[in-house]
Amino acid sequence: MTAMRKANAAYPFGFLDEYAKKEVRRTVLKAIAIPGYQVPYSSREMPMGRGFGTGGLQLTLSIIGEDDTLKVIDQGSDDSVNAVNLRSFIEMTCDGIDTTDITDKANLIQSRHRIPEKPLREDQIIVLQVPYPDPLVVVEPSEDKRKIMHGEADYSRLLVKLYEDIVKFDEITISHRYPTCINGHYVIDPSPIPRWDVPKLHQSKALVLLGAGREKKIYAVPPYTDAEPLAFDDMPFRVESFNDENGQRRCCDRCGDDTSFLDEFDGQGGEKVYQCSDSDWCREQSIAKGA
Amino acid sequence: MEKILEVRNLSKVFGKGCPNCFEKTGPELNTNICPDCKSVVAAHDLSLDLYKGEILGIMGESGSGKSTVVKNLFFDQDPTSGHAIFYDDDKQYDLFSLNAAQKRHLRNHHFGMVYQNPHLGLNFGISSGGNIAERLLMNDLRNYKEIRERARELLERTEVLTERMDELPKNFSGGMQQRVQIAKALAINPPMLYLDEVTTGLDLSVQAKILDLILEIQQEMNTAMIVVTHDLGVVRLLAGRTIVMKYGRIIESGLTDQILEDPQHAYTQRLVASAL
Ligand SMILES: Nc1ncnc2c1ncn2[C@@H]1O[C@H](COP(=O)(O)OP(=O)(O)OP(=O)(O)O)[C@@H](O)[C@H]1O
Ligand SMILES: [Mg+2]
Ligand SMILES: [Zn+2]
Repeated sequence: MTAMRKANAAYPFGFLDEYAKKEVRRTVLKAIAIPGYQVPYSSREMPMGRGFGTGGLQLTLSIIGEDDTLKVIDQGSDDSVNAVNLRSFIEMTCDGIDTTDITDKANLIQSRHRIPEKPLREDQIIVLQVPYPDPLVVVEPSEDKRKIMHGEADYSRLLVKLYEDIVKFDEITISHRYPTCINGHYVIDPSPIPRWDVPKLHQSKALVLLGAGREKKIYAVPPYTDAEPLAFDDMPFRVESFNDENGQRRCCDRCGDDTSFLDEFDGQGGEKVYQCSDSDWCREQSIAKGA
Repeated sequence: MEKILEVRNLSKVFGKGCPNCFEKTGPELNTNICPDCKSVVAAHDLSLDLYKGEILGIMGESGSGKSTVVKNLFFDQDPTSGHAIFYDDDKQYDLFSLNAAQKRHLRNHHFGMVYQNPHLGLNFGISSGGNIAERLLMNDLRNYKEIRERARELLERTEVLTERMDELPKNFSGGMQQRVQIAKALAINPPMLYLDEVTTGLDLSVQAKILDLILEIQQEMNTAMIVVTHDLGVVRLLAGRTIVMKYGRIIESGLTDQILEDPQHAYTQRLVASAL
């Protein structure tokens, strides 16, 4: 603990120097002004490998203040190793902030893989960690060409990918990072969230910020902005189904809720067990049901 | 007749160029390389008109500048100087002063190109049907079933087995690849189609069938075409009017029949004589 305090004293609030934080905040303003556009910035070295959420972390550190209450999620849970490490790093370098597991109580949420089930509010910001920011990378290796394609909203080759998917599998098989068109122009990689979470971006009350540390890009889905997953008129976008063989909606083994995104586990008897992926949501449902 | 394309004084120089480039090159001097600065004068001072539904042939030996003309008009290259106007009903486009997005719009919505090398016209990483779908998607068609149907229709029309529409074009013969390329170019019903040596290198019987197909399409869809070839037989069959090029210049132009029966330029006379 003393070692921690010493380390703490060696760094300014938020670990990054003021200049770096200002640059990130300027980048954020530009990202909000041009919804879905990947704004380049000079991503800083962080005391963890790039690809471990440094893009999200730099966003959080740049916008957090002493009055803020932070929640950190990884795979829907606040208790996973990554979430714990990130949270303790932020606590250590941001003296005076509060942290919480409760979605409702947080005004800043940093997340990987999930957006909370509970609809976010106007006074909340969610920061998503992004490994690969450019959805066009699968169809065009040259970044210069990709920039032109984005500028002209030329996404036909991405749509051809979806076409070929349907030809081969009779459905669009993309499970995570579903390409999504923001405000009618730029198509983004919405980070490794499941399809289930993509509709939450549409007309979100909360500001959504996305940060890719390794690729040095920040982009945003501002509040009340259209977010439309790419699809065909006659093959609409669909979220994951949690119905069983009989078409019955599965429910959470812990809280009994049948509206949330479920994780699948192997039970003790070898049978499948389903539980809410969002641990805070699950807890809240359990309390509400008096379980 | 309604004009669809007007090209005036088109020039294309590869290299930095010098004030003597045009004087010191051309058919009389038997070179397209400027002796002073070594630049290549691929095309110089070309003017031509094309009317709706018409097929214009561009003929000439290798290196005479035929491909250069269509590449400039299809925006694969930028000209050194000159003007070109494309007429689309009530609109007209000053081709060489458009920005990149406007050029892309014309390529995607109004022009088609078929290259000698199918690798240039087709994406070999996606199926034949997918290649056609790409053109349709660029044109904002967003209905999967309609895209499938239209792709099937086009492949049927160009006599590609529709059971193979989901295969990669690399599995196809050269003639089949050209048919897929033509289907892709036609997907959006372009009023203007460029064909650059589309039958070169194919078996004679395959060539004949593809040329027939091109003629049928021109008659059905009233597509204006510029057909580039070094093959007299191709212009004879397809083109109402023909331009003969040598060392980057037009040395003769007129009705194809007249050029073939009564060639004026010594070079054309030799070409026609050798083909008989
Ligand atoms: N990128 C380039 N750089 C330099 N010179 C070029 C380039 N492209 C073409 N040229 C030259 O320009 C001239 C005209 O070329 P072009 O391809 O138009 O000829 P062509 O008539 O189509 O010949 P072919 O029948 O062989 O296709 C040739 O001398 C060629 O070598
Ligand atoms: Mg050529
Ligand atoms: Zn639950």
